[in-house]
Amino acid sequence: MESKHTVSVLVDNEPGVLARVIGLISGRGYNIDSLSVAEVDAESHISRITFVTLGNEETINKMIAQLQKLIPVKKAINITLDKKGIEREMALVKVVATGDKRVESLRLSDAFRAKVIDTTHDSFVFELNGSPVKIDAFIDLMTPLGLSEISRTGVVAIARGSEKL
Amino acid sequence: MVSIQLTGAEMVLQAFEDHKVDTLFGYPGGAVLPIYDELAKGKNSIHHYLVRHEQGAAHAAEGYARSSGKVGVLLVTSGPGVTNAVTGLADAMMDSIPLVCISGQVPSHLIGTDAFQECDAVGITRPCTKHNWLVKDINDLSRILHEAFYVAASGRPGPVLVDIPKDIQFQTGTYIGPETIKHKSYRPKLKANIDKIDEALKLIISAKKPIFYTGGGVINSGNAAVQLLREFVRLTGFPITSTLQGLGAFPGDDNQFLGMLGMHGTYEANMAMHDCDLLINIGARFDDRITGKVDEFSPHSKKIHIDIDPSSINKTIKVDVPLVGDVAHVLEDAIKLWKSNVYKVDKISVKSWWGIIDNWRKTDSLSFAVDKKVIKPQYAIQRLYELTKDKDCYITTEVGQHQMWAAQHYKFNKPNRWITSGGLGTMGFGLPAAIGAQVAHPDKLVIDIAGEASILMCIQEMSTAIQHQLPVKVFIINNQYMGMVRQWQELLHDKRYSHSYTDALPDFVKLAEAYGAKGIRVQSPADLDKGIQEMIDYKGPVIFDCVVDQNENVYPMIPSGKAHNQMLLGKDNEDKEISLEGKTLV
Repeated sequence: MESKHTVSVLVDNEPGVLARVIGLISGRGYNIDSLSVAEVDAESHISRITFVTLGNEETINKMIAQLQKLIPVKKAINITLDKKGIEREMALVKVVATGDKRVESLRLSDAFRAKVIDTTHDSFVFELNGSPVKIDAFIDLMTPLGLSEISRTGVVAIARGSEKL
Repeated sequence: MVSIQLTGAEMVLQAFEDHKVDTLFGYPGGAVLPIYDELAKGKNSIHHYLVRHEQGAAHAAEGYARSSGKVGVLLVTSGPGVTNAVTGLADAMMDSIPLVCISGQVPSHLIGTDAFQECDAVGITRPCTKHNWLVKDINDLSRILHEAFYVAASGRPGPVLVDIPKDIQFQTGTYIGPETIKHKSYRPKLKANIDKIDEALKLIISAKKPIFYTGGGVINSGNAAVQLLREFVRLTGFPITSTLQGLGAFPGDDNQFLGMLGMHGTYEANMAMHDCDLLINIGARFDDRITGKVDEFSPHSKKIHIDIDPSSINKTIKVDVPLVGDVAHVLEDAIKLWKSNVYKVDKISVKSWWGIIDNWRKTDSLSFAVDKKVIKPQYAIQRLYELTKDKDCYITTEVGQHQMWAAQHYKFNKPNRWITSGGLGTMGFGLPAAIGAQVAHPDKLVIDIAGEASILMCIQEMSTAIQHQLPVKVFIINNQYMGMVRQWQELLHDKRYSHSYTDALPDFVKLAEAYGAKGIRVQSPADLDKGIQEMIDYKGPVIFDCVVDQNENVYPMIPSGKAHNQMLLGKDNEDKEISLEGKTLV
């Protein structure tokens, strides 16, 4: 059965490494729903790439095996499969509205613990952290209230407990 | 040597020397002039072979690597130089051949400006190399070069590319010797888990209808692996079949050998694969030419899979016991364990399994009707084999019908003697590969078994053979058709031979002479032996134009989308319908 899987990949942060990872995924016919990447170990230059993709468990296993074949890839795991993964995403959401709709958007943002980081008389920019599902829900609620623009970071993920990737 | 000051160009040659490279295939151009200049100074003992097209350089390096077990090295310029080499790199990637390709790049400050002969070499070659590097700092160059040789040759071998901007070739920096360089993270696993090996052996001793299915991984693992494989196969007494790339690992004329399997494999090999209860895959990858219809592939068997590449495990076929490791290491451990536990196979069951197999053998699926007037292509290969079998020949091929006939009718008793483009299926591979094999084995007889269509794709390399006095023999099975295309059109497209006939072939005898080689043409079976002998006896390069039956097809054949036990054995059962689903497969 196809479902969303979050995969974390630790790589040597060398030129072209992102292109290698992404090229492999697209070249073998897989899709990426979201992607985030940054260096996580400045001393030994290791980056963490997290992406969300659609597929069944077997497909994801094959994808991971292919990823591990890349020379700069140190580790790759399916965070979703371990069922211990914590997934978070950040979104910046611009809502343009006046009157009741403006008030309602502010009230709802409070319920979601979103922060107002910019405001004019007819707009807000909200900053929201949480699971992708929570962000989707917030966006759904904002749509009739004057949703104008969204920027999302893509999912970052980490496993619970003391174990290290 | 710990470190010395060298220019980038000097570093390249120094690294070659440090990695015991004495042979280089290449073609000069603007962006590699500093390296060529160093070659001209002659300080290093490197022999450069000038090809006529960079694709030829890559295939020659492949032929050199495949026939010698060493890393093949090529040197090409930027832009078209490297794009021309791409086919060869992709070919090496598919067939796991260790190559190091050094490409020149425009000077660093011009990168990204669409400069003359600029292309994104690392971008273009990323999916068709095992790894590649763009050198941005002279002080990284020696490390990258050492890593390149390490990555190309270790684990599952493959091609790598190092792209060096021209300014870096001129700059001076610190060269560090290979002994102090260790790759940060790449450490392929060589030894398999011993408990898993024991699990595999337990399956082997209880098997009633077992078969070994071996591939190019055995050859890549080296001579030790070949010897261990032979020992293990004899220890068990099991039948063995091989993929196209694995031919020669087990003697082709041995009674335990069932011949090649797969789309054009023997009846007994494919039937045994289908009916077996234990399949022992050693260094093969369940390629689609082997499996046929995946969901009907060897349906009743437990499967053991030895492979150094973990991504090969369960890629297309689910296996029961995966053994990730190098073939030689795994087999060594397996044999030790076998002997210390005094394991014994189920002899009675295996004997009756051989009875079934011997019955299949009676089908004689490689047989063909010999004709007195026209040369049958299979007959040509058979005669070539008979007249050269005592000579320890190196055989390369192009791609198509002739390649399959060569695989079926030429028997290989030693590894590394058979060099063919299996994965990518590159027409034009054979002649440059033969040149590479001849360079590695100057005193041996090297023959490119070719088709008249394929040979024209890299025919320019005849000029290379002449210049470097490499006495390669090109044995063209000439049926005027792209035979394999014609065969598929006959079977799948109602005999509409769309553009598969070559109407204006060159006169191959005159062509040979134009290059300065010898040309021989034979049209009648009666003259064949004499012609082949003449080819063998001639000291220089030969183009042999063997004019054969135009209508012969390669049999047996598993049609697209069919299972192993649904083979076509010959003309008689050609009219079986092939489903639309089957037609879409290639």
